[in-house]
Amino acid sequence: MIEVQNLTKSYGVNKAVDNISFKAEEGEILGFLGPNGAGKSTTMNILTGYISSTSGQVTIDGIDVLDDPIAAKRNIGYLPEHPPLYLDMTVDGFLKFVYNLKKCKLPRNSHLNEICNLVKISDVRGRAIRNLSKGYRQRVGLAQALVGNPGTLILDEPTVGLDPKQIIEIRSLIKKLGKNHTVILSSHILPEIQAVCDRIIVINKGKIVANEKAAALTAGFSEHLSLKIRVEGNESEVKKLLGGIPQIKRITPLREAETGVYEYEIEPKTGSDVRRDIFKKLSSRNYPLLMMKSSELTLEEIFLKLITGDIYRSADDSGDSDKTTKKSQKGGRK
Amino acid sequence: MLAILKREIASYFTSPIGYVFIAVCILTSGLFFFIFTLSQGVTDLSPVFQFMFFVLMIFVPVLTMRLMSDEKRQKTDQLLLTSPVGLTGLVIGKFLSAFAVFLLGVLAMPVYGIVLSFFTKISWPSLWGNFTGIVLLGSVYISLGLLISALTENQMIAAVGSMFLNLVIFLFDALAAFIPFKLLSDVLKNISVYERYLGFTIGLFTLSSILFFASVIAVFIFLTVRVLERRRWA
Repeated sequence: MIEVQNLTKSYGVNKAVDNISFKAEEGEILGFLGPNGAGKSTTMNILTGYISSTSGQVTIDGIDVLDDPIAAKRNIGYLPEHPPLYLDMTVDGFLKFVYNLKKCKLPRNSHLNEICNLVKISDVRGRAIRNLSKGYRQRVGLAQALVGNPGTLILDEPTVGLDPKQIIEIRSLIKKLGKNHTVILSSHILPEIQAVCDRIIVINKGKIVANEKAAALTAGFSEHLSLKIRVEGNESEVKKLLGGIPQIKRITPLREAETGVYEYEIEPKTGSDVRRDIFKKLSSRNYPLLMMKSSELTLEEIFLKLITGDIYRSADDSGDSDKTTKKSQKGGRK
Repeated sequence: MLAILKREIASYFTSPIGYVFIAVCILTSGLFFFIFTLSQGVTDLSPVFQFMFFVLMIFVPVLTMRLMSDEKRQKTDQLLLTSPVGLTGLVIGKFLSAFAVFLLGVLAMPVYGIVLSFFTKISWPSLWGNFTGIVLLGSVYISLGLLISALTENQMIAAVGSMFLNLVIFLFDALAAFIPFKLLSDVLKNISVYERYLGFTIGLFTLSSILFFASVIAVFIFLTVRVLERRRWA
């Protein structure tokens, strides 16, 4: 378990991390999301004791990292942004070094074998790290963090440089690890955070702008859910027909998708589900409905909204022009 | 500490640095042994040790240049500083690794004395005095090199910087002669490493000299730890 209270890190007048507090429970995967320079890596470096904080308190499993750094560090496995690897060593030599460095008590060979199998580097154990590809280096970095089976794993962008297949593997590995470890992971790849994390902390300019369960974060925006449909038939007639549904707030014709087939964006009134009404109305007049999908806000859009300061403002407060830009953004998704 | 010591020693011998250092030590000391002892027909090894002062001045920085600087450049310091290891243990581990390689290099020198002793009578106290002197001197150079290496990310700067400072330390002695203020020149004379080293080469084991070298080493190691600590607080 990690508890962070009022953590601040200043570089002169610049605050890299500005008074943040959060908590990561055991068995929880916490995602750190933020643009470059938001303070993700700085926070992680402070948690692991690599750099000091200007003020604030960090406790790892109840141990203050300033009071007893060595005991606190024993409970942490850290994979920094650049995996800290000695290029002149072999993978095996390196892992044995880390094993000794961490004064690990577990049976050495079986423990290291287990880790190598877990991150799938068993076949390169005899090779010099210098000759490994980026993906393998990343995995050796992850293996290094797992040595000693620490209760807390802090992973700074763990899937950078991996190919799509490896990314899926590492993600499922992290999910697996999350069952009996506290995992904090940062990423700028949003679907990744969405796929892996139980809770998401969005951080921008050193401040926490959201700290929510992954589902809750998206749910907060789902009221602006809109629909996109494609209907074959005369544009103005269809528009007029659908305009008869009272729950629909607005219908915007978008474009002609195929010959004679038009695409519309339907914005229902808040909280109402109009999908059945649309189908019934169209079928009553024999207009074939060729496509219907809801354009939920992706985490990416939520993220952009959060960091541009448009936090949790409901669509109704914002001006009309704002809404249209949002819609056209939505149009590009999914 | 042991893990770091082991890794660093292995690292000296996976790169050419360890071999080159030992080869240079043996070559130069062998050359001096031939020039100053064998070809002169004397048994005194002191000139060999005196000249090694200058060789070590230049070559010990080669041993220490990457010790700390490379950690920072390759970001491996993140592993070391986030592991459950104290900074002092880390720095001492690094120091001992360079010391071990250094010792392998200078270990050839007592051998010259032992070889000579088969043919003639030699002054053992002078030989061991010389050897103690060079071991202490090398340790001072290593600890200074370690400190400089911790201050930069660039190996070349670390090497040249340490060589330069080794030279400055050597020049304290000469400088003292030119300083008109008695107090300052006395201070310089008394912190002169060369002066005390010469004492060892004539077989003088003075406790004050040994303590002097030991405290210089301790100060540099302490400063290295402080440099690493300060970086975390920056």
